[in-house]
Amino acid sequence: MFCSKKKSLEVERIVKANDREYNEKFQYADNRIHTSKYNILTFLPINLFEQFQRVANAYFLFLLILQLIPEISSLTWFTTIVPLVLVITMTAVKDATDDYFRHKSDNQVNNRLSEVLIDSKLQNEKWMNVKVGDVIKLENNQFVAADLLLLSSSEPHGLCYIETAELDGETNLKVRHALSVTSELGADFSRLAKFDGPDTKLMQNSGKTKFKRTSIDKLLNTLVLWIFGFLVCLGIILAIGNSIWENQVGDQFRTFLFWNEREKNSVFSGFLTFWSYIIILNTVVPISLYVSMEVIRLGHSYFINWDRKMYYSGKSTPAEARTTTLNEELGQIEYVFSDKTGTLTQNIMTFKKCSINGKIYGEVPEGMGQKTDIPKKNEPMDFSVNLQADRTFQFFDHRLMESVKLGDSKVYEFLRLLALCHTVMSEENSAGQLIYQVQSPDEGALVTAARNFGFIFKSRTPDTITVEELGTLVTYQLLAFLDFNNIRKRMSVIVRNPEGQIKLYSKGADTILFEKLHPSNEDLLTLTTDHLSEFAGEGLRTLAIAYRDLDDKYFKEWHKMLEDANTLKDERDERIAGLYEEIERDLMLLGATAVEDKLQEGVTETIASLSLANIKIWVLTGDKQETAINIGYACNMLTDDMNDVFIVAGNTAVEVREELRKAKENLFGQNRSSSNGHVVFEKQQLELDSVVEETITGDYALIINGHSLAHALESDVKNDLLELACMCKTVVCCRVTPLQKAQVVELVRNYRNAVTLAIGDGANDVSMIKSAHIGVGISGQEGLQAVLASDYSFAQFRYLQRLLLVHGRWSYFRMCKFLGYFFYKNFAFTLVHFWFGFFCGFSAQTVYDQWFITLFNIVYTSLPVLAMGIFDQDVSDQNSMDYPQLYKPGQLNLLFNKRQFFICMAHGIYTSLALFFIPYGAFYNVAGEDGQHIADYQSFAVTMATSLVIVVSVQIALDTSYWTVINHVFIWGSIATYFSILFTMHSNGIFGIFPNQFPFVGNVRHSLTQKCIWLVILLTTVASVVPVVIVRFLKMDLCPTLSDQIRQRQKAQKKARPLRSRRPQTRRSSSRRSGYAFAHQEGYGELITSGKNMRAKNPPLTSGLEKTLYNSTSWIENFCKKTTDTVSCFSQDKTVKL
Amino acid sequence: MTWSATARGAHQPDNTAFTQQRLPAWQPLLSASIALPLFFCAGLAFIGLGLGLFYSSYGIKELEYDYTGNPGTGNCSACALADQDRAPPLRCSCAWYFSLPELFPGPVYLYYELTNFYQNNRRYSVSRDDTQLSGLPSALLHPANECAPYQRRASGLPIAPCGAIANSLFNDSFSLWHQRQPGGPYVEVPLDRTGIAWWTDCHVKFRNPPLVNGSLALAFQGTAPPPNWPRPVYELSPDPNNTGFINQDFVVWMRTAALPTFRKLYARIRQGNYSTGLPRGTYLVNITYNYPVRAFGGHKLIVFSNISWMGGKNPFLGIAYLVVGSLCILMGFVMLVVYIRYQDQNDEDEDAE
Repeated sequence: MFCSKKKSLEVERIVKANDREYNEKFQYADNRIHTSKYNILTFLPINLFEQFQRVANAYFLFLLILQLIPEISSLTWFTTIVPLVLVITMTAVKDATDDYFRHKSDNQVNNRLSEVLIDSKLQNEKWMNVKVGDVIKLENNQFVAADLLLLSSSEPHGLCYIETAELDGETNLKVRHALSVTSELGADFSRLAKFDGPDTKLMQNSGKTKFKRTSIDKLLNTLVLWIFGFLVCLGIILAIGNSIWENQVGDQFRTFLFWNEREKNSVFSGFLTFWSYIIILNTVVPISLYVSMEVIRLGHSYFINWDRKMYYSGKSTPAEARTTTLNEELGQIEYVFSDKTGTLTQNIMTFKKCSINGKIYGEVPEGMGQKTDIPKKNEPMDFSVNLQADRTFQFFDHRLMESVKLGDSKVYEFLRLLALCHTVMSEENSAGQLIYQVQSPDEGALVTAARNFGFIFKSRTPDTITVEELGTLVTYQLLAFLDFNNIRKRMSVIVRNPEGQIKLYSKGADTILFEKLHPSNEDLLTLTTDHLSEFAGEGLRTLAIAYRDLDDKYFKEWHKMLEDANTLKDERDERIAGLYEEIERDLMLLGATAVEDKLQEGVTETIASLSLANIKIWVLTGDKQETAINIGYACNMLTDDMNDVFIVAGNTAVEVREELRKAKENLFGQNRSSSNGHVVFEKQQLELDSVVEETITGDYALIINGHSLAHALESDVKNDLLELACMCKTVVCCRVTPLQKAQVVELVRNYRNAVTLAIGDGANDVSMIKSAHIGVGISGQEGLQAVLASDYSFAQFRYLQRLLLVHGRWSYFRMCKFLGYFFYKNFAFTLVHFWFGFFCGFSAQTVYDQWFITLFNIVYTSLPVLAMGIFDQDVSDQNSMDYPQLYKPGQLNLLFNKRQFFICMAHGIYTSLALFFIPYGAFYNVAGEDGQHIADYQSFAVTMATSLVIVVSVQIALDTSYWTVINHVFIWGSIATYFSILFTMHSNGIFGIFPNQFPFVGNVRHSLTQKCIWLVILLTTVASVVPVVIVRFLKMDLCPTLSDQIRQRQKAQKKARPLRSRRPQTRRSSSRRSGYAFAHQEGYGELITSGKNMRAKNPPLTSGLEKTLYNSTSWIENFCKKTTDTVSCFSQDKTVKL
Repeated sequence: MTWSATARGAHQPDNTAFTQQRLPAWQPLLSASIALPLFFCAGLAFIGLGLGLFYSSYGIKELEYDYTGNPGTGNCSACALADQDRAPPLRCSCAWYFSLPELFPGPVYLYYELTNFYQNNRRYSVSRDDTQLSGLPSALLHPANECAPYQRRASGLPIAPCGAIANSLFNDSFSLWHQRQPGGPYVEVPLDRTGIAWWTDCHVKFRNPPLVNGSLALAFQGTAPPPNWPRPVYELSPDPNNTGFINQDFVVWMRTAALPTFRKLYARIRQGNYSTGLPRGTYLVNITYNYPVRAFGGHKLIVFSNISWMGGKNPFLGIAYLVVGSLCILMGFVMLVVYIRYQDQNDEDEDAE
């Protein structure tokens, strides 16, 4: 049962309870939760070490070292160190703040108090100090922050109820049982800590935390390598040039151009020149790139945090970007993997409708109120007459209450059944209110419905059930409990009413129950079947309801046989099942119930919108197949219009393979037109015009359960599964373990190379949240594990739409624009040196002033592009939501890819050519207005630098599509800053202080007053920018993107006409399938009849000890076999030596 | 459970335009109504400017003479030949005769041009010490390391001015003589050798060290001139305001050129009868040939030129403006055609719908 790979060697743990000294020998981990990385002392060395592990930073460090070698140094050291220090400081500050918050949250968890038995005394101890082997006393409603072994509890039979909300988000109670050996030890809950801190099952099951990188990051790494290769090529070209030049030209020029001491050789000179040019040209690998990206992403994260449209006022939870480095990935999602409970649904079951004796109740839904004539029907019924009614219960059809008042016997029987046939436990709280402890929320809904209609389940003992029937207390004798299981799909009780009649009440799946009906039910059966179809079509969870009158004698015989069977050792289960079968026949149909597994608000619309955006949504749930399918229908992921729904539920590898093969055959068979294989199919899918009504050759869905998935995930079947699944519109995986969730995500992630997003709310989603590219946690529910593991969190599933379509799209759009511009800018800036190399004897002479090189990227041009990267919008958020098709470019990776990179590079090269050769032509042998020479190196440098700053500013102005005040300030401000710094650095004052650092004194006064220099700058700017304008104009006219069209429309202030207003139908008339779904676990019936979960008024242990022991262990074994919970701790009992 | 809610500081985000990304913004769109007029206007403006520049440049008179002295190119060959021996004979002179049929309008500037001379080579152009040249006494005796190997003489004396640039100071000199009538006497045309350098260069960037006992020579005591120099820096000119580091020829030379072919201003002709230009007649330029360029295949030229509103003669800028302007108009038409077609198509599409 060990799920961790890391610890798989550890087969047993030897622990002595309450003996810290002994246990310390084994050096088990302590219980402190560590998610933080640094402390004050280690921060600087570790952080610096980590930062220099980044290739970019290491590269700049290397450059810095190169620059310190005087023979090579073509630039002074400050040109590299100033940006490097800036970049490293900014990253360090960000890391430090992140870690500070991690420390804070760790401390909160670690410092919760627990009561631990130390030195024979109960002492308060922080959870982080709890050791393996400690005995802990827990009281009601306390947190548990370790895996524990239950020793004993105050409840009878050593039972205890636990809530696993922090694990899986489910708020219902689960029963755990102490070892019988220890169950009588003490009266309070006391438990033994077994696995601590990082060893807890949860931590081990939650998968490895991977450092997530976005696809853009990965692309960038490749590009940076390419650029580096390009840089080396340039260096080699220039180095060869230098060798030749020194040999041919420089050699004759020795009168004026001496050799340096150690380099009297043209080849060696070329070698040194290579390094010198590497230093000069290093700006093509922009150092500020990474830090700028971080800043932009941080900005986007704040926008997510600040978004009021993702703020859930119900729980006052804002959306939160917990990871700030993944934002643009949100704009590229292709697959969404969603948990069901707590994510799609609210985990609230409400009794919606019922069909009693062929009559349907509850027909009046919200929203259709305008059409109905009787306004009364819009209001929920008033149950205030009934003092015991549950105030939260709402029902809109008054006819049912009227029927109850009229005394319809079938209705009575129906409600009585609901009040009797269940496993709910009742309790009265201090205010005298009846509280139901439910094991299955479906039953809760049904019992509550009966309660509100006057059949109030009051209490139960192992042998009786007390119900208040319209004001009178009636006690039924519970004769037998025919428990639910997944094969029977039904549950029955046999009771004797006060009149002495014996009745069997049964509820279960319509498919099963209808076969057990008495033939006389035929008419009713057809009616009820119609009703059930209607319910199923609405995605409601249905149960059929039937009863049977038993005569005393028959029952006694049967009961005898049951008791006999119970004592059998062999074939006990089979015999019992047979007996159950026998008595549950000739049933009289009463009707059916329809319970709504309430979807979260806006789920249907969100799913519809995401599908329009070409995002595929897979549901991965631990729930049963029926439940999962029902939800699929409820949120329109599955529809009755689908060509086929493939269900894979085989239990062996062979079966699964066969089922997959059949499904594929079926799919290709029906798609004759594209039967050549899946490549063709996919191509067609890509070619589909987004504007045209979707005409996919067919809608298919795949439903696969956990057992089959285990086989299907084996390597040889994997591809079949993937192929099939990816062709289906909807995929639902049910009964999957947390690990399988992660495996499915990994499968798609690795084999489809698609960007995946996992969304969930419970601890069982943690592994999938961690393995997907993006993990989203639903917060505001009780559990926090999912949120803590997630990259983004918000309170409602519907916010996913805004997160992806607005924030994600914008982030991607902005980041791509930013990158394109950034590369362009640096190529334009740097390659000028390359051209100049051909005119300065390849001597690694820079074109610009060293200060300009230092400041260009971090001062003169950083802010406008940052502003664009943070604030730019092509279309408004409303339009992004209205036109989900706008999302597609991100999925297809269109805005920034290798091709775009080469375009940017070509653009940059073109600009650098214009920047160099226009001044070159203009400066050739020219004289100034006053006759003085102006073709000197410094004027040339200033002219080119000024042109460059103006050209890149005009370019960013062209690129910016959303000019806020900030953009204006930054763009104009950058130009102003450039000129003020230029004037300052060329002023007499600063030259007086540092004559060697600022040799450009007086240059700006002299050059920039020359008309011809301004003419050069103007020409350079226009020549660099005009081609871009032409290309953009033609592109917009000839092949406008959807975004262009919407921008134009936005501009024209026309009311946006949705390209495709395919609103999802909210309801369909009827469905052929069964709507049966029932969340219930086997074992509770036994629990009830044994009375173990009831507080004993008399000591219950009257029968022999031996029998109890036998019973309880078998029950535990049953339980362990059937439960899929993550916290079950019984499996390792055998390894604990007490 | 309360800790989680409070820890995350659950507050409703502020409803400001900034946090909700609703800042008022200008959203320019590259529409035809903006782009097309812009292109045509820019095109016309550029063509206009181009024509202006081209004719201005065309109107500038330039007269140049290559006096490198390659064999058979005039009487500087002798000096050039001597130059090959790497020891130019003292005061090798040659002359260039030319005649002007009409007035060469003034103001006339006299430049010297060097080709294939890599003043922009990094090793060459860093070989200077701006601190020393700014007249700081401490730096005078401690030239920067960048000056090496022209940092110190073999004797250990610091070189002032140090570095390769200073060492390679251009040292040819010219004098201009005018013969009004054929057979008449040659009259020396006054050459104004001041005001040829930038004001900031001679007043801020280059300063002499403070005089010692009123003598510049004493101020430079303890330094040696660059190896190629026949005389120390304080004897560059007899004029006390034009000698030492602030000697204008020296300052002009020290402002290194951007390209391997460059002109530097030698003198302005603006005095006396020549303020309106060079009248017609025969002229003689007497050249003192010192500077060796043939070793590296360079050329030395002497250039007379006047200037226009936009500076010296340079046809490039005018032509470039004309080309860019015409391309703008041409592309404007292309864009217009595409735009009209696209409009039609769009209308059809809408009709079809």
